Amino acid sequence: MQRGECHRNKLVLQRFMEFEAVIGLEIHVQLSTKSKAFSADSTEYGGMPNTQVSPISLGHPGTLPRHNQKAVEQAIKMGLALHCDIRRVNHYSRKNYFYADLPKGYQITQFDTPICNNGFVKIKTSAGTKNIGLIRIHMEEDTGKSMHDQDLHDSLLDFNRAGTPLIEVVTLPEITNGDEAYAFVSEVRRLVRYLDICDGNMEEGSLRCDANVSIRPVGTTEFGTKVEVKNMNSISNVKRAIDFEIQRQTELILSGGLVVGETRGFNGLQGTTFSMRKKEMINDYRYFPEPDLPPMHVTDEFLESVRAGMPELPETLYERFTKSYQLSEYDAGVLTDDKATALYFEELAKISGNYKASANWVSVNIRGYLNENGIELSQFPLSHSKIAELIVQVEKGVLSHSAAAQKLFPAMVENPDESAAGLIEKLGLAQNTDGDFIENLVNEVLAKYPEKVAEYKSGKSGLLGLFVGEVMKASKGKAEPKKTNEILLQKLG
Amino acid sequence: MKITGEKVDQLAKLARLSFEGEEKEAIRNDLENILEMCEKLNEVDTNGVEPLIYMTDNVNVLRNDEVKQEITHEEALKNAPKKDSDFFRVPKVIGQQND
Repeated sequence: MQRGECHRNKLVLQRFMEFEAVIGLEIHVQLSTKSKAFSADSTEYGGMPNTQVSPISLGHPGTLPRHNQKAVEQAIKMGLALHCDIRRVNHYSRKNYFYADLPKGYQITQFDTPICNNGFVKIKTSAGTKNIGLIRIHMEEDTGKSMHDQDLHDSLLDFNRAGTPLIEVVTLPEITNGDEAYAFVSEVRRLVRYLDICDGNMEEGSLRCDANVSIRPVGTTEFGTKVEVKNMNSISNVKRAIDFEIQRQTELILSGGLVVGETRGFNGLQGTTFSMRKKEMINDYRYFPEPDLPPMHVTDEFLESVRAGMPELPETLYERFTKSYQLSEYDAGVLTDDKATALYFEELAKISGNYKASANWVSVNIRGYLNENGIELSQFPLSHSKIAELIVQVEKGVLSHSAAAQKLFPAMVENPDESAAGLIEKLGLAQNTDGDFIENLVNEVLAKYPEKVAEYKSGKSGLLGLFVGEVMKASKGKAEPKKTNEILLQKLG
Repeated sequence: MKITGEKVDQLAKLARLSFEGEEKEAIRNDLENILEMCEKLNEVDTNGVEPLIYMTDNVNVLRNDEVKQEITHEEALKNAPKKDSDFFRVPKVIGQQND
């Protein structure tokens, strides 16, 4: 082939070849048990190095692992929440590889009998909703931690994390871009938090995500060579790494190159991926059955007891909030974002009897306060019944919504033990429904704007709002708006 | 079954060992002998026999989620060939991690 011809072909390729990405995710979820998967040492984060260890987690010979029942329950909860089939007869395997943070020389995992199969996660993106199918969820154990940059010659090892129970969620390659991956990991994080099986903290590594990314020409069915991307320690980095990797592979192929099967790390500062190891260096894991752990059977009874202990999931709450409580999809979405908010709202709505107002107070005022002060809902000083008092006072017309939001709410937060009624009294926030009081103000306002009154009378009825606003201002927010309206209409009529 | 030099290299790499020259030939020979002995087992007809994995018929030997710290920090580090007051120490191994 002539050089010119080759160049021309490349241009043709560039012009006509469009690519689509094929992405599968593997998410490791560190379970929130108190003790480890196969031994009784503590899983607590942040302890002094090598103080939460045992002969089992250190891999001493002659020790016998025993599985933590709570870890099994949590794995099943996740499977039920993700619509999976739960396996009844489970075995364990040894995944063999040689690395300093794995003292036994193998990881206990489930190779050919994952506790959950199939299932899906429903995600929402700007493009709509989509179900991402799952291949499996299996139970395994975490490794210790190695530190390579503390010493010139040695790597330092801390085994406090060794043996912490994990589940690994593996998706089908049904994700097609960074936005979907972002939505998927967000939804998984929300669910593990609802289920209370993991704190979902990606920075501390209790939730970890690896992505397998490949691209192929649109319209073809064969998979391209896949690249595994690791080290993405936040959900937005998962999106950034995937978007970068799709771009990198596309440019590589368009410039006549080939994608190499490899593992790449993500550099968060630069937003780029870099080669960590080539495919041929990846270990042969030589899986074989773990004879130290007898099979684990999930009985009907056990499965039902786990199911009975499941909390309501966000999808169910969302349904109820939109259908039974008539909240907008937006409000229901905000309120079900985390479990604490959803529960707080529901309790408040029950006490106050006003769903819409409860939704507003929680999603606007309370959330605003939490954000401003950088605290969690659990640290918020006011109970549902206090906020309910406030809602009732507004409903009864004792004070205006704006006075409640701007004056009463901050005062209640400062004095969480005082009643709403007491503070209204003390701060003089009650609005005035006294007809004479309002009528005097109306007269003043109308006298002040004779031209506007003339305009109104000649048909510019939109000016009513201006008059109401002026009366409110003159009353320092205390004139009751409905009464003000009435009197104004009467005077102008 | 024949064991080639490449097979020895591959196994050595997985075990983080290295063999050269006479040593490599010796281990190659040993591996071949071991496999030959194992092949003897293939003479037994195992059709219809389930593989034996467990020595007992136990199932569901689970434990409750209770924390018990059975050894001290000092005991944990006691047998390590190289350590400091906090950590186990090993030759630097950056760039090969798996999980």
